[in-house]
Amino acid sequence: MSESPVHGSGGPGRSPTAAVLGVALVVVSVVGVLNQAVGESSALHVPTYVVTLLGKYACYALLAVALDLVWGYLGILSLGHGAFFALGGYAMGMHLMREIGPRGVYGHPVLPDFMVFLDWKTLPWYWHGFDSFAFALVMVVLVPAALAFVFGWLAFRSRVTGVYLSIMTQALTYALMLAFFRNEMGFGGNNGLTDFKDVLGLDLQSDATRVGLFVCSTMALAAGYLLARGIVRSRLGRVVTAIRDGEGRVRSLGYRPERYKLFVFTVSAAMAGVAGALYVPQVGIINPGEFAPLSSIELVVWVAVGGRGTLHGAALGAVLVNYAKTWLTGTYPEVWLFALGAMFVVVTLVLPRGIVGLAATTRAAWARRVTGASRAPGEVVP
Amino acid sequence: MSLVGPEVHTPTLLYLDGVSVSFDGFKAIDGLSLVVDETELRCVIGPNGAGKTTMMDIITGRTRPDTGRVEYADGVDLTRCDESEIANLGIGRKFQKPTVFEHHTVDDNLELALAGRRSVAASLRFALGPEDRDRIDELLATVNLRGLRHRLAGTLSHGQKQWLEIGMLLAQRPRLLLVDEPVAGMTAQETERTAELLVGLATDHAVVVVEHDMEFVRSIARKVTVLHQGRVLAEGPMSVIQDDPLVNAVYLGE
Repeated sequence: MSESPVHGSGGPGRSPTAAVLGVALVVVSVVGVLNQAVGESSALHVPTYVVTLLGKYACYALLAVALDLVWGYLGILSLGHGAFFALGGYAMGMHLMREIGPRGVYGHPVLPDFMVFLDWKTLPWYWHGFDSFAFALVMVVLVPAALAFVFGWLAFRSRVTGVYLSIMTQALTYALMLAFFRNEMGFGGNNGLTDFKDVLGLDLQSDATRVGLFVCSTMALAAGYLLARGIVRSRLGRVVTAIRDGEGRVRSLGYRPERYKLFVFTVSAAMAGVAGALYVPQVGIINPGEFAPLSSIELVVWVAVGGRGTLHGAALGAVLVNYAKTWLTGTYPEVWLFALGAMFVVVTLVLPRGIVGLAATTRAAWARRVTGASRAPGEVVP
Repeated sequence: MSLVGPEVHTPTLLYLDGVSVSFDGFKAIDGLSLVVDETELRCVIGPNGAGKTTMMDIITGRTRPDTGRVEYADGVDLTRCDESEIANLGIGRKFQKPTVFEHHTVDDNLELALAGRRSVAASLRFALGPEDRDRIDELLATVNLRGLRHRLAGTLSHGQKQWLEIGMLLAQRPRLLLVDEPVAGMTAQETERTAELLVGLATDHAVVVVEHDMEFVRSIARKVTVLHQGRVLAEGPMSVIQDDPLVNAVYLGE
């Protein structure tokens, strides 16, 4: 009964909460110690830029898990999930801007530099409150969730599905990108928000803060994964995958599919927002480029490569594709986009269940060869 | 037009009165009136396009009638309810094409259909209780799928899917079962078992069966309603219907 309803193969580990948190703790401890305690001359030393890179990957992985919840389980191909990530990022960015205080280039006690540059006299109303870290944290979750709720409420109630819904999500992120590009919006326009100094009084450039952000990102990924796993393993998860496979049938059983979709879509958007908020202090900037449709499409590729409908596959895909991106854009920058496109084509044609699906198939084939036992097709493999 | 059947009359469960609906000018249902009692087995037959499926769509809230009344149980107006509400009022439907959740196990299919609270919060907290397990075991026995309970529904044969869907229908604990072509694609043996099952159910449920297979209808029918061009052409016991010249002219002349 508790088997994954998607591909019939369970996630890693029998006691998932302990296992996932254990792995996350080991990773952060090892990386932290190798950065902080092992000297730079040692071969085992992990440079701080690598720690930050890993922190970024963790944010991407959390974003991928959020998308997988919507795409893999709910069956909605969102081509605008980057928007929720960016909104979470902007909420955190606004706090970091307020943290700069009078240390900006123009030295204004309250207004961020770009507002002084635009000759604004007062802080816009929606910037109030962001001087508080707690308030910013609430907004990080609330703003993406509220947008997803309103968007989802309108779309699901009107029973918009399939490619039309995908196009709407794409339009949503594109519209937000255009809006955030405008200086009048008060989010720094083209340049976005940058030149952050510190967070909670900790210098953002220091190694210790960077390790701290990496730890937070990894822990957020673990928590997000466990939350998503809890959702998909509950009866709600079974209802949600049933909606993906036959919405009309679910309705005729007396469920209201639109409410289930709205719940999952909103939770997913909130997770994406948290990922964005952790991402911004590590890269030091948030600008409207994060809303670009291409970012959202890249995100879809991560999930497809890893294997959708598995959660851990999505996280794995995010890390692998981004590692490839880091490496390729460093060595052969002009090749990256072609590689991304090729990856998507190959995965779609050859690996419909991604790397995780390939691994499961290989393992099953191996097990059959070893035991010689033949299983009925489609039987749930424990 | 109304021929009284030989069975004992029980209180009315479903009442359609002068229902009409048209799609792009085509009158799919045209002044249809129908009364279904609390415990009876009613077969609805009629040629293609007679409005059988549309009638089911109207009862289950998939289609809104242009005119007419649809009353259920103690005067609930079904035309004002949406599909989920109607399902929760105890009206279950088996579709023409078997629609089970192919990526869920047989067990999970039944569990999803189990009567109970349908809200998001309730689903998030839901844990299968001992009575639920017993109920699922009982349903598996009823539809003869016990040995296949852990199989993905997508791997079942056509007939098994039909049965699973009947099991899901029963899991909802409906008062009224709407069954669209239950024996399509079933073997003779499966058909026989299905007939037994439906006849058994009709002792404490209202069962409305739409079926093309006349042999099957003859084997189970107490009372038959013949639809033609969106209205009731004849109604009565199978023996009477079979000899009705009008019915023979439009339909039974096979």
